[in-house]
Amino acid sequence: MFGFLASPKTLRGKGIMGMNQRNGRYIGRYNPRRLYPLVDNKLKTKIIAQEANVTTPGLIGVIGSQVEVKGVVDMVKDQPGFVIKPAKGSGGKGILVITKVENGRFYKPSGEEATVEDLERHVSNILAGLFSLGGAQDVAVAEALIKFDNAFDGFSFEGVPDVRVIVFKGFPVMAMMRLSTAASDGKANLHQGAVGVGIDIGTGKAIRAVQFDLPVEFHPDTQKELKTLAVPGWDRLMHLASSCFEMSGMGYLGTDMVLDKEEGPMLLELNARPGLAIQIANGEGILPRLQQIEQLGDEHGMDVAARVAYSYKHFSRNV
Amino acid sequence: MASKTPFYILVGILIVVGLALTIQRHVAYEVPWTPGVKRTVWSVDAKVEFNANGESVKASLATPMSQPGFTVLHQNAASPGYGLNFIEQNNTPRAEWSIREANGGQELFYKVQLLEDENLELAALGVPPQLDIPEFKEPYSIAASQMTEKVTARSADAFSYTRELLKEFDRKDLSQNAELLLEGNSNQAHLIVRLLNLAEIEARLVGGLTLEDGRRRQHLQPYIQVFQNSDWLLFDPRTGKEADRTNLLLWEQSGTSLLDLVGGSDSVVTFSMIKQDQPAMMAVKEKINSQDLLNFSIQSLPIEEQALFKGILLIPFGVLVVVLMRVIVGLKTSGTFMPVLIAMAFIQTSLLTGLIGFLVVVGTGLVIRSYLSRLNLLLVSRISAVIIMVILMIGLFSVVSYKVGLSEGLKITFFPMIILSWTIERMSVLWEEEGPKEVMLQGGGSLIVAILAYIAMNNEYVRHLTFNFLGLQLIIMALVLMLGNYTGYRLLELRRFKPLAED
Repeated sequence: MFGFLASPKTLRGKGIMGMNQRNGRYIGRYNPRRLYPLVDNKLKTKIIAQEANVTTPGLIGVIGSQVEVKGVVDMVKDQPGFVIKPAKGSGGKGILVITKVENGRFYKPSGEEATVEDLERHVSNILAGLFSLGGAQDVAVAEALIKFDNAFDGFSFEGVPDVRVIVFKGFPVMAMMRLSTAASDGKANLHQGAVGVGIDIGTGKAIRAVQFDLPVEFHPDTQKELKTLAVPGWDRLMHLASSCFEMSGMGYLGTDMVLDKEEGPMLLELNARPGLAIQIANGEGILPRLQQIEQLGDEHGMDVAARVAYSYKHFSRNV
Repeated sequence: MASKTPFYILVGILIVVGLALTIQRHVAYEVPWTPGVKRTVWSVDAKVEFNANGESVKASLATPMSQPGFTVLHQNAASPGYGLNFIEQNNTPRAEWSIREANGGQELFYKVQLLEDENLELAALGVPPQLDIPEFKEPYSIAASQMTEKVTARSADAFSYTRELLKEFDRKDLSQNAELLLEGNSNQAHLIVRLLNLAEIEARLVGGLTLEDGRRRQHLQPYIQVFQNSDWLLFDPRTGKEADRTNLLLWEQSGTSLLDLVGGSDSVVTFSMIKQDQPAMMAVKEKINSQDLLNFSIQSLPIEEQALFKGILLIPFGVLVVVLMRVIVGLKTSGTFMPVLIAMAFIQTSLLTGLIGFLVVVGTGLVIRSYLSRLNLLLVSRISAVIIMVILMIGLFSVVSYKVGLSEGLKITFFPMIILSWTIERMSVLWEEEGPKEVMLQGGGSLIVAILAYIAMNNEYVRHLTFNFLGLQLIIMALVLMLGNYTGYRLLELRRFKPLAED
């Protein structure tokens, strides 16, 4: 029919979920509104994660009001590297990454220097709510920089690669790795040009990769073959992701994990409205898996380990 | 899915009730489905406001009569506590209110319905006024007679005399005589009538109202009626030319005052008007069964409110367009309903002027805002600064375009300034974070949706239907509710997931 459009029938046949269906059928039904603050506020997420023994990046400090802004330099100057982010930020907005601190001077991953004024202005913008949903007042959170695992050397350009796992009613159903590129300016958001790599739920190995919704084989900046990617500590990561269900109470959840060289998988943040690009990265629709979990009902009585085992068994590519 | 049943019942009820109301209105009140097949009826409200002195009050307002182009259908007046008489005085009809005692701010309403037609009845217009040669005091009399001599020399008859005389007062470099005369008589139209009379030309001031749908708080404009034997012409003292008589209602025709007020002060008369499309039949019918409680329609409100509602009732339709574009097509817009507000502004400004104005203000705003972003301001003050900046820009553009002679540019003031400021702020943040591409995407999306909403809301049929059939609002409501339940793919997703479908 139209050469540039897919037919809705084909998409439905492949079990691909659209935005309206995600919003109406899954987010609206499984994510209770009152729990959103736990997920939208990274500081609250951190607190519940600590209570649930889910590892998260180390907290350096919190700046809660304009008077404390001048104290930001004292707070971070002895750190080897750090990240300042808004507690209620969305879509990766407002995250300032400093990878090198030398003689009281701060450097971004690109090597560009960030002055003390830049830091203070950034914090001040965060407090005023520039990056938060709806422009609400916010607090700035300073976190320790993640020393990311050597397994990802060459897979990411100037940024921390993270693993997004969709957890539906406690079952990890689909996963992808997000690799930043020069085009995405070190950010891990797919719509900004980061590479998405579909990851097999059973093994933690790459299935295929996309950039700007189109398949790619090599990382555009480092030319590393993306198929060779394998996530270390996969089993532990799956367990962490699955346990985020009990921790947050959200039925349809995106969990963003990072891999630290020393500490292993850590929870970076939760997302109550995870995007649809994960289907493109995996080359597969997510709906059949969601429906399979829905058919289990609520009375299956499985704990984290049993749920992860169930996902390994049913959602793995290479059985 | 059992919980969906009540929802579908609700949607069903909304559609049935909406349709029933709509059909009932069509059948019982003969409101036609299309705007084409009817006569135009203008409802004009005159609102008299004044401060009563605490004594007895008598207010007499000149009222219009049938004239070429318009037939008076019926008139009424509302003012609690006042006695009311429609009288005739010097060939002109007047509405006269009276009360024994009144204090403080008073509001009197007079409402007239006029059928637009090819009526040729001249009434008082055809009767020339009595010629009364005016006397000018010194030093004005010399100036007046010198001017009369000069203009007489350049003219052949009463009409060319008037044109030449108007030219004398419509020049950049006024002659000394003209300047002197204006100094002694600040009302230019009145002065010109006196000068005409001095040259023994029969002329008088009449009060005219240019009818334009949905205008509020208008004032009467003076026009000069000049007679030559049994012919007459109407001149507009503001342009110095013959008046454009399309849609011009001569409210006051005999050169008398618009309002005579005894026992009050600070009086103002303002006019609101609205165009209604009714069959001429219905206009007559309305006359018969004067007030009907069951006649639940916007038309029973005062004209000023009706004019307001004409715009408000269009909003649901614009909102429907936004919902369609976002849910079915998947366009991104900056701010959910910003496009509707922009579309409303486009209706006032006309599309091209609106688009240019919007792009100019937002574009300039983005440039200035990029400087503000370097100042480390707190969010609230920064937005406030942007608002003030937008207002200054709008003021500047208005003045510049007026000076250049583009009166279209003045319409820029119709833009919702707070919305513009937020748009600039959002776009600016978007630019810094996601780059110009995303700004173009969201800005372009917003503009496309705004233009579509404008086209839908500006459609003659849509305007006619939404204003005359309130039941349609329920149907739009039902449609919006149903769209809220749509879980199918968006049009743009079909494109986005295309590579997946091909595997």
